[in-house]
Amino acid sequence: MAKFKKPSVYFVAGSLLIFLVIQGLISTGTLNDYWKGIIFWGGAITIVTLGLNLIYGFNGQFSLGQYGFYGIGAYGSAYVTYHWVRGDPAAMVVALFGSLLVIGLYAALAWGLRRFYGVTVKARFTFYLIITILGFWASVVVLVPLLGPMMWGFFAALPEAVAQPLVFFLALISGGMLAGITSFLFGLPVLELGSDYFGIATLGFTIIVKVLLDNTDTILPFPAMKGARGMLGIPRWTTWAWVFGTLFVVIVIMRNLLHSSVGRAIVSVREDERAAELVGIDVANAKILAFVLGSVFAGVAGGLRAHDITFLHPQSFHFIQSFNPLIIVVFGGLGSITGTVFTGFLWIVLLEGVLRLFLPSGYETWRFVIYPLILLMMMLLRPEGLFGTYELPFLRAAHVAKRQAIAQKPEEVPV
Amino acid sequence: MALLEVKDLCVSYGAIQALHGISFHVEEGEVVTLIGANGAGKSTTLRAISALQIVDSGSITYKGVDITGKEPSDIVKMGLIHVPEGRRIFAPLTVRENLEMGAYTRTDRRAIRESMEHVFDLFPRLKERLEQTGGTLSGGEQQMLAVGRALMSDPKLLLMDEPSMGLAPILVEEIFDIIETISKQGVTILLVEQNAHMALSVAQRAYVLETGTIGLSGPAQELAENPRVREAYLGGH
Ligand SMILES: Nc1ncnc2c1ncn2[C@@H]1O[C@H](COP(=O)(O)OP(=O)(O)O)[C@@H](O)[C@H]1O
Ligand SMILES: [Mg+2]
Repeated sequence: MAKFKKPSVYFVAGSLLIFLVIQGLISTGTLNDYWKGIIFWGGAITIVTLGLNLIYGFNGQFSLGQYGFYGIGAYGSAYVTYHWVRGDPAAMVVALFGSLLVIGLYAALAWGLRRFYGVTVKARFTFYLIITILGFWASVVVLVPLLGPMMWGFFAALPEAVAQPLVFFLALISGGMLAGITSFLFGLPVLELGSDYFGIATLGFTIIVKVLLDNTDTILPFPAMKGARGMLGIPRWTTWAWVFGTLFVVIVIMRNLLHSSVGRAIVSVREDERAAELVGIDVANAKILAFVLGSVFAGVAGGLRAHDITFLHPQSFHFIQSFNPLIIVVFGGLGSITGTVFTGFLWIVLLEGVLRLFLPSGYETWRFVIYPLILLMMMLLRPEGLFGTYELPFLRAAHVAKRQAIAQKPEEVPV
Repeated sequence: MALLEVKDLCVSYGAIQALHGISFHVEEGEVVTLIGANGAGKSTTLRAISALQIVDSGSITYKGVDITGKEPSDIVKMGLIHVPEGRRIFAPLTVRENLEMGAYTRTDRRAIRESMEHVFDLFPRLKERLEQTGGTLSGGEQQMLAVGRALMSDPKLLLMDEPSMGLAPILVEEIFDIIETISKQGVTILLVEQNAHMALSVAQRAYVLETGTIGLSGPAQELAENPRVREAYLGGH
């Protein structure tokens, strides 16, 4: 991977300016809690959609799975902090160190499997599933008694002003890792399917997550999530600095990834999978990487959202919601980071913020008539999205832009 | 030891068996051609070698290593490059980007630049069209780009699948000239062709593939004079 490039001065300065202006509006109370909530929500959705843009826009894998991973990240991180603030570090240890352990085991297994050719996808999936279960089981049995008290003692010794953000940070990372692990296990067998089937499978995945969230206290052993009744009592830790900081980091990670040779691989899989194979790109790896990283973004965004609204309900992760990031990414322009960020905020601010205020009460559901109308207009007037593949200069990478209409591809000849 | 050794290769598509245990080899520095009618299994053979197609049984040995069942990307890294039927260039990318993609598995920037110069020497026309997208090139230019892209990965062995397909006679000549040049520069070539006449004129040895089995084989010169081959593949003249 290319080395981590320094963001250009203009980009950082511009970002800082935006951060300070909004922070100023919040600190002076110009933006009330309603608008603050809308902006934080916009930030979370933008991060989810950036993940989808990586998967769909840059790698060409149509996915409806984002809200499933968003839900996993939201519930996962909320479960960690819920118990932490109530004096129980076990969830934190399992989510954080258990995930790290499982990821370490994955790396070891991937290294081991490299020495054997011809291991079928089914067999590989089975191995990965087994070590996932073993890893989390070991973290419950061994790591919790071992690291729990140690971790608690360590944080107790820290001043509260340091401990609380650190706990939140670790919870967000945990939510992201849990989403990433799930997406890896799901993507490994499913990405082998053709693109259309992949879309259907991700839809199924989001539905399953919703069903499981409905039953967290019955089928799953997480009583504090309270199943279909909804989870209460999550600490309100999300601030504008957290939302903005996460968004900034996600943009920079995505930008640097896309500028690297890995990014080149990801994009050329979108352009022509067969051709990519012929020049030596590991197509399966490129797809899994994009899918997992996109899901990690969704998971982290879920954590931000959970710690802003402090209440989670499975209904928020209904598969229908998965169309939100899809609409935003198409609207903003597939393959444009700039477009996603702009449209993500615009979408939430206009439709959830402004329209809700202006539609007479009782008519809020009319938003769902207005959504498709806007989308229809968009498809007719500007099918490539608001931004097409335009990027701010800092984000632009020469090999990323999709310049030709699909129609210009040579007809499908088997290699 | 042969650079490429294929033994008892069987490949099937579902219930249809396309290759019934074929064996052949390619020595370092040779141009070997595999000729045969449409549907004989020529492309299937090349796809099996570059791991784009799963094999039922048999073995493929390259540089003394059994590569049966490896990933396509591993095979490219070993310098075994497939120039497919129908070219398969990246239509939305420019000529330059296509060539750069060819060097995907390489890291030495200076060597990559040298390869690029080498490709321009062979195909001056690509240099003139560097910023044009692949999809807008003519058929002949696309074929040149496909070969150029393959050369960018510093190949040891090139598998070429019907490079003359769909090209005007003058371009066919040009492509075969290029094949000879590349061969002289030390690249080993396994060439699949329906244009048996041209293929036999550039190759040292040849195999005739007939519905999944190898019929005749021998020095290209001899096969070109063989009455059966003349009858079936050279239009009987
Ligand atoms: N993807 C495929 N699915 C099913 N049958 C195929 C496929 N590709 C090739 N075949 C069959 O395998 C045989 C060999 O095809 P191929 O290797 O393309 O021949 P050639 O390149 O010599 O024209 C043919 O009978 C063809 O119909
Ligand atoms: Mg063929």
